[in-house]
Amino acid sequence: MHLAHYLALLHRSQTKLGEAFRTVARNHADEHDVHAICEKLAAQCDGHAEQLAPFAERYGEDADREPDRLHGEIFGGPREGPLGLLRDLHDLYLMACECDISWTLVGQAAQGARDRELLAVVQTCQGETAMQIKWTRSRMKEAAPQALVVAS
Amino acid sequence: MRTNRIADPWGARTPYVPSDEVSANGPWPVRVDQLLEGDLSDADIDRWVQSAAVLHSNGDGLDIAVKDGRIVGLRGRALDRVNHGRVDPKDLYGWQANDSDDRLTRPLIREGGDLVETDWDTAMGRIVERSQELRAEAGGWGRFGFYTSGQLFLEEYYTLAVIGKAGLGTPHMDGNTRLCTATAAAALKASFGTDGQPGSYRDIDHCDAIALWGHNVAETQTVLWMRMLDRRRGADPPRMLAVDPRRTPVAREADIHLAIRNGTNQALMNAVLREIIEHDWYDTAYVDAHTIGFDRLERVVAGYDVRRAAEICGIPARQIEEAAELLGTSQRLLSTVLQGFYQSNQATASSCQVNNLHLLRGMIGRPGAGVYQMNGQPTAQNTRETGADGDLSGLRNWENKEHVRELAELWNVDEIVIPHWSPPTHAMQIWRYAEEGSIKLLWISATNPAVTLPELARVRRILQKDDLMVVVQDMFLTETARFADVVLPAAGWGEKLGTFTNADRTVHLSEVAVAPPGEARSDLDIFLEYAGRMDFRDRDGAPLIKWHDPESAFEAWKACSAGRPCDYTGMTYDLLRGGSGIQWPCTADAPGGTERLYVDGHFNTDPDYCETFGQDFTTGALLDEESYRAKEPHGRAFLHPAEYEPFPETPDDGYPLLLTTGRTLYHFHTRTKTGRAPELHAAAPDVWVEVSPDDARALSVAEGDLVSVLSRHGEMQGPVRISNIREGVVFVPFHYGDWDREDDEGPRAANELTRTSWDPVSKQPHFKVAAVRVRKLSDGGRSESPAPENTASAPAAEEA
Repeated sequence: MHLAHYLALLHRSQTKLGEAFRTVARNHADEHDVHAICEKLAAQCDGHAEQLAPFAERYGEDADREPDRLHGEIFGGPREGPLGLLRDLHDLYLMACECDISWTLVGQAAQGARDRELLAVVQTCQGETAMQIKWTRSRMKEAAPQALVVAS
Repeated sequence: MRTNRIADPWGARTPYVPSDEVSANGPWPVRVDQLLEGDLSDADIDRWVQSAAVLHSNGDGLDIAVKDGRIVGLRGRALDRVNHGRVDPKDLYGWQANDSDDRLTRPLIREGGDLVETDWDTAMGRIVERSQELRAEAGGWGRFGFYTSGQLFLEEYYTLAVIGKAGLGTPHMDGNTRLCTATAAAALKASFGTDGQPGSYRDIDHCDAIALWGHNVAETQTVLWMRMLDRRRGADPPRMLAVDPRRTPVAREADIHLAIRNGTNQALMNAVLREIIEHDWYDTAYVDAHTIGFDRLERVVAGYDVRRAAEICGIPARQIEEAAELLGTSQRLLSTVLQGFYQSNQATASSCQVNNLHLLRGMIGRPGAGVYQMNGQPTAQNTRETGADGDLSGLRNWENKEHVRELAELWNVDEIVIPHWSPPTHAMQIWRYAEEGSIKLLWISATNPAVTLPELARVRRILQKDDLMVVVQDMFLTETARFADVVLPAAGWGEKLGTFTNADRTVHLSEVAVAPPGEARSDLDIFLEYAGRMDFRDRDGAPLIKWHDPESAFEAWKACSAGRPCDYTGMTYDLLRGGSGIQWPCTADAPGGTERLYVDGHFNTDPDYCETFGQDFTTGALLDEESYRAKEPHGRAFLHPAEYEPFPETPDDGYPLLLTTGRTLYHFHTRTKTGRAPELHAAAPDVWVEVSPDDARALSVAEGDLVSVLSRHGEMQGPVRISNIREGVVFVPFHYGDWDREDDEGPRAANELTRTSWDPVSKQPHFKVAAVRVRKLSDGGRSESPAPENTASAPAAEEA
């Protein structure tokens, strides 16, 4: 059984995403909406990680080994200015997408494991992750014309 | 006889009962208010000129008295459906501002750091030269920002909208309506599919309960309050509920006053809705037939029993139960919503809960059952309709390709010119682009952001940027105009022709009473001249703007409004002359206008007709067309639930008190006009800082003591008024800038303290929540603060 592998992967992705949201909030504090919403979403990610913790324990003894990240680091630290904001949001978007597909796979596994509790967690959290993706996407679409065509 | 409407702002009561109509305008008795200068009487007046009120959003029909080419007084129009002759004290005295010595009469340009007088050709030449320069490079559209007002006329907004959207092709157009009524529009769109107030002011004539959600109507729309009071003094009066942390005149009159902690509206609303559902006070048949989302709403509000909400809101649980019972057992419920919700935490979410209450109870679209998502400014509705703010003209949906195509056809331009790649840029983002330097020309018309925006220190920094050209178009040299590179003198109300629309969709015509002073021009003429000089062309090379005066602009607008909720096609200037204002939609099928929307429970949510595909309430994320269509709305309204989210800036040891800002009865906005009317100025001559008796004791401050109020964003100073405001809350009126003070006096604007943050959906800034600390600066020597005593700022002792 390799569910623990994915749980750990997702746990780590959620923790990283939370940190990344917090870093973007801090480094783009002059973009007041980005700051406020990234803070909110960072807290959401922390909550996701927290809710996953008991399941990591539940399935932990089956774990074969510490999972590698599927991908290398995406978020390499904050950038500045309109283009920097776009690139940072772009990274957040990709990181959230990685969480999203992990939620899907963990959800599938929960079905197979007949784990209703885990399914319920997936259902709530994946909905929030989906909204995080929608928000970063909306915000980037708004910013892109000004950042890529107008700003010097 | 001259009554003193400063001492008695609401005048004599004319009680009435909810009978069937006794006249075309309903049962509310006529009471004509009038004020003429000096000893003048009716016989002295050369002519009366039809208009309507511009110092609030109520849309009271007025006649302007003219003698020897001057405005010399005002009276209410007896036959107008809105006011039945009554006049708000702000209007009754405020007309005097037109005649002030310090009106702008010539254009000004900045030369060597100073503003100097010049002629129109030079001033416009400078704006146009810079505009052409900015427009020449790729992305030129993105270097312009238009920050307009809630106080221009419809024809002016529409002209500006077409210049921006089809001429320059910029999405950066918004105005101070973003600070004022953006949440009304957002909540109406989210619940009902499009903007458009469902109710009618005549619902006051028929209702059996009135709930005022963060709306101090007694001060902001005094004539609407007179109507409510007259019902309250008649037989069979409506019950009344007020939600406000201050002891406003509304709160004093109400049967139940919920003085909740500011920022907690959503928790209160969730508990109220839970009670309504638990007690089976909702209309199952209406909910089944006309709404979507009941199950989710029920699930979310289930988490808010009255005890939990009571704790969050800081009021007794019993009060919430009583309020829910009042709301739940009413047969004809009327709700009004304003800044206590719109400028607070979770603005759109909590305003939608008021819509939800009415949807749950089936209280929409019939006499007495209505909801007013109010406006604050006289012409705010028009900026939303025409698209001079962050909307697409004609209440269209920027994500709907067919809607964009309609506009492209109407304006005869390429669709790609009309910005529709994302939502139109909201005001706070326009200022951000100016701050970061990508917007290089900011054109501000008829508003005063140097006093009204949050965190004024930041606003001043932006206005002073070297790489930003600031154009200000106004009647006076406002705090904002002082920062301008070009100042254009504008004609005001009574000096120009046009129409505007109030909060219950009533359209009024405002005629020319007198000529503008000096070289001042109407805002319409200024925009038309800019369009002409910029030589905006349509697809066939003809001039883009095909109208030349107010009436031809109105006719052009009618074509844009055709088939949309705000359909004006049945109206003409002639129809608006002589009688009462007319409510849109007004069409061939409804030539007399339309009193109420959604009378059949069919809402504007059809995917091909609606104004938005929706947004997430927590983040503002845009939801897509596909998922909207999948909901198959079929004309049903949306019940949007939301969890309560605490506001991020909460009081702590360093900043232990909670600030709220607001209005007083005697002033409008930044007192640009009301501060120049002697009676209004004398009624509220200076700022004050309102604290509760307990907080005053804890701070060791007495009435009249000068205090400093400090937030994380800035500082202001003012004398203390000890009032019956909620303990732990500090109130500062937002009207006071420094145009009428010496330079060396301390800062007194409320917005020195407010925080740059906004609602994720409506993008309306949070003016009602900031943590502050108060410190005594000097003893007032038992002098009283300048706060009015017959309004919400009444001294605590008077009321106790």
